[in-house]
Amino acid sequence: MTDVSIIGAGLSPFGRQPGISGREMAVTAIRTALDDAKLAWQDVQVAFGGSDGAGLADTLVADLGLTGIPFTNVKNGCATGGSALVSAINAIRSGQAQVALAVGFDKHPRGAFDPRPEEWGLDAGFGEAGLMVTTQFFGIKIARYMREHGISERTLARVAAKAYRNGVLNPNAWRREAISEDTILAADMVNDPLTRYMFCSPGEGGAAVIVASEDVAREAGRRPVQLLSVAARTRQFGSFEVFAPAIQGTGTPSSVSADASAAAFAAAGVRPDEIDVAQLQDTESGAEVMHLAECGFVEHGDQEELIAAGETEIGGELPVNTDGGCIANGEPIGASGLRQVHEVVTQLRGEAGDRQVPGSPRLGFTHVYGAPGISACTVLGV
Amino acid sequence: MTEMPTVDLLPLKGSRCDQCDNVAYPVSRGCQRCGAEAMRPIDLGRRGTVWGFTVQRFAPKSPPYVPPAEGFTPFAVGYVELPEGVKVEAILDCDDPVELEGQVAVELVATHPVPRFALAPTQES
Ligand SMILES: [Zn+2]
Repeated sequence: MTDVSIIGAGLSPFGRQPGISGREMAVTAIRTALDDAKLAWQDVQVAFGGSDGAGLADTLVADLGLTGIPFTNVKNGCATGGSALVSAINAIRSGQAQVALAVGFDKHPRGAFDPRPEEWGLDAGFGEAGLMVTTQFFGIKIARYMREHGISERTLARVAAKAYRNGVLNPNAWRREAISEDTILAADMVNDPLTRYMFCSPGEGGAAVIVASEDVAREAGRRPVQLLSVAARTRQFGSFEVFAPAIQGTGTPSSVSADASAAAFAAAGVRPDEIDVAQLQDTESGAEVMHLAECGFVEHGDQEELIAAGETEIGGELPVNTDGGCIANGEPIGASGLRQVHEVVTQLRGEAGDRQVPGSPRLGFTHVYGAPGISACTVLGV
Repeated sequence: MTEMPTVDLLPLKGSRCDQCDNVAYPVSRGCQRCGAEAMRPIDLGRRGTVWGFTVQRFAPKSPPYVPPAEGFTPFAVGYVELPEGVKVEAILDCDDPVELEGQVAVELVATHPVPRFALAPTQES
């Protein structure tokens, strides 16, 4: 798949923005992406997008202009941005359009997400007993993983400290203050072994990506980044997910991230060890550790040494979450997947400023994971 | 943490697939492994081992959480691997979460509102 390129990417500010709606953030992101692509809204021929709780994307045309294009709403949890991007790419590949938009946005209130048992097909008793808490899943999964594969609590702190450090270098991040590993380890325990500073928070922001056919991408003045592949998957039998009353099957649970990343690498004809810069879902710092292995970058357990050696830092062998990831940018569910793509596009163009990965990175990777067991991955190249 | 009575306690109910033998919890209408509809109700027993766990350190949001009358105290929550192979999410009674390390044996002490297990009595007793 070498016939689709990203020609524009844009973000709204991330973090708390009182008085600014999620829809306004989406419009900001779209206008920024259009400027980046040197296009006008009238040039977009088809659009896909959504939010988890901040409104319908197709209503954005009221602010952008009523051009009559097909605009499909996407609501796919953490994979909303990824699913919108898959649809935009398919619109180009099928010949339906030469220029397509994918947009994601959200504006979540403070505190934890507020899921209702009935919406998840669960008994009300699940909520009464105190099990409708997303962070429990992450605690259980990483605690078992650490025992099985020899990952230390210090490693969890190193990952979080890197996220805040990278946030300092990213003018658009929400969290822009460095936090030391010791402070992270000593903070309030949320769900053992994860402390408060190891988690991302529900946040606010919008992200947009413009994809185009080869003919448009080749036009003078463009800075295209090739979409070498994109893959979206839902969980297979035997997976372990948030709010699961049981894990079925025997042996090690299956991983939807492993499935989606393997499909993305295969379609791109690229190996994980060829990737120069990566974005991995870091809902909490343990997730980044596990996703390094689930996405094929290291063997299970080798993260301990890799991270201690600084190889996932901006100057390392495999820089991960160079913009600070979800931990420093917060988690506006609809926007996160496209924020990741924006960051890799920025890195591959060499435009990441203080957080630029040295040595002119050529190949990038993005990975989102979310409830109830979905993952979307891309491989990008210049 | 409180002791729960074990008398007259019904075993956990699950389902077994007629086509592929996969075991599900709770009682299910379709098999997640093979897609068959032929799911037969089974008893999942009362004994298992701790597969993984964490500690809920802060009071979950109410509603839906209903804290005990004496107020919230941190509790352990995790998955118990049953002899049938399925791992069931449960509240885990213990005095100290350290007791739950190392795939310890646990016994069912309640089924509602969610399964609840406590450390199994040792062999000598
Ligand atoms: Zn079956």
